[in-house]
Amino acid sequence: MTAHISTGLLGRYVTGDTGIAPDVLWAVEAHLEECASCRDRSAEVGDVDTAALLARVRTGLDAAVSATAPAPGRRRWLPSRATRWVTPLFVPWLATTVLVVLVALGFDLAAGARNGALPSLVVLLAPVAPFLGVATAWTRRFDPAHEMVAATARAGLGLVLRRTFVVLVVVIPVLAAAGSLVGASPARWLLPCLAFTMCALALGDLVGLPRATAGLALLWVAVVIGPSIVTARMSVLLTETALPGWAALTALVTLVLIARRNSAAELR
Amino acid sequence: MKRKYGMKKAISAASVAPTTYAWAIRALDLRVRTGRHLAVNGLDLSLGVGVHGLLGPNGAGKTTLMRVLATVLRPAGGDLELLGHSVPERLDLRTLRRSIGYLPQEFGFYGRFTVREFIEYMAWLKEVPARDVPDAVERALERVRLTDRGNSRMKTLSGGMLRRAGVAQAVVNDPEILLLDEPTVGLDPEQRVAFRSLLRELGTHTCVLVSTHLVEDVVAACTDVVLMDAGRVVFHGVPADLVELGQEGAVGDSSAERGYTELLRRHRATGGVA
Repeated sequence: MTAHISTGLLGRYVTGDTGIAPDVLWAVEAHLEECASCRDRSAEVGDVDTAALLARVRTGLDAAVSATAPAPGRRRWLPSRATRWVTPLFVPWLATTVLVVLVALGFDLAAGARNGALPSLVVLLAPVAPFLGVATAWTRRFDPAHEMVAATARAGLGLVLRRTFVVLVVVIPVLAAAGSLVGASPARWLLPCLAFTMCALALGDLVGLPRATAGLALLWVAVVIGPSIVTARMSVLLTETALPGWAALTALVTLVLIARRNSAAELR
Repeated sequence: MKRKYGMKKAISAASVAPTTYAWAIRALDLRVRTGRHLAVNGLDLSLGVGVHGLLGPNGAGKTTLMRVLATVLRPAGGDLELLGHSVPERLDLRTLRRSIGYLPQEFGFYGRFTVREFIEYMAWLKEVPARDVPDAVERALERVRLTDRGNSRMKTLSGGMLRRAGVAQAVVNDPEILLLDEPTVGLDPEQRVAFRSLLRELGTHTCVLVSTHLVEDVVAACTDVVLMDAGRVVFHGVPADLVELGQEGAVGDSSAERGYTELLRRHRATGGVA
């Protein structure tokens, strides 16, 4: 229907005029179902007394509400905007992550002081360093409010990405500082770190983030960290020659994540 | 009447928008898997506006039904329509979830949040428009009579107050479907009476589904009763039916309780074929 309902007809409809022909009545109701602007007008054209009364009450209420001072807020331990990025859950896990990186740094410095032949533990751990934080970004086991949050509109990949971003913002500077102290160039560990985080998110879509991170971390220990320490040689995966491979993996997994972004609304 | 001084209108187009679906919740032969077995198995249910009491023994599938209606679980089979959207297709889960309020049975929270912070956080998660959040939070607190405790930390609240905070977060987005899983646990008798009147108030515009073990809550506050056993609906009627059946039943302290046990007994005597 192109034409809107005339003010006169709308007024008759709202006041319940029984004289409106059935076909006109049908057309009016069909139009009102679809047209928000005519519904909007329907409040104004009908019973003038009621409309005026409602407006008066509203004005009075608005005045009364603005007159009462809002309850004084107490100091927040997290600013309200911060809760959109982190949950209180993150703090202990991120602290543990930082501690682990510092311990690895300690080993590296101690080994370097003796002979310097062992591969750097900081570089070896870097790809899996964000995993403690990422695992707790979306988990039923550790998050007491998970059940409630999982039923909200924002639940899904967007929320997980926000939280993962915070993890990376904390972990990467710590890794960068530790890496520069042991003389490892950021290029060697930054891309594997990002690629592994994205892999964990993509895999988490299927099996849940805690399982995905645990599986990938075990794989990394078995394939890279273990052999590197036993043979005392840095794995080829963490040298400059592997960088194009890591870049390709990051791009591929990002595409998978984008393609599956809607299914993530049902993340467990 | 012209709008003046940019004042908000008392009646908005959204508030007079017609509903385009017959039932807020409509399930046909719904099946939901939890682990290996079907906790909900061939459930048929149609619910509209009102307060619906969900009764049933432990393990009947009440919580599983709540979780699938809250879109936390996915149906394993059958049809489920929420607010006219077909759920297995889940094309628009995000829009649908904006209109759902959910209080889980195990209500977890962050102890360091104040009540107000917690409800603000939930309002943000439910995508309540930012400028409406302060008003929505105050209204939700007011509804559950927690305004004076708004600045208390969650971990300092008593069990009854926690439940009320849970209800406040469920209603903060003015949901069209409100799912409350055992909300009266831990409430004292006075609070339960207040809670029933809150339920009746909510049920005038909303489809409220309340799961409970307390038969008298259902009789006092609900417009109808849904009795579940072994994953399906055994009985769907008005509370008066339950009370009437209680005249014949033997086990129970009130006529409603006797009606409840009588219904279950009859259902089980016929071998689960209702």
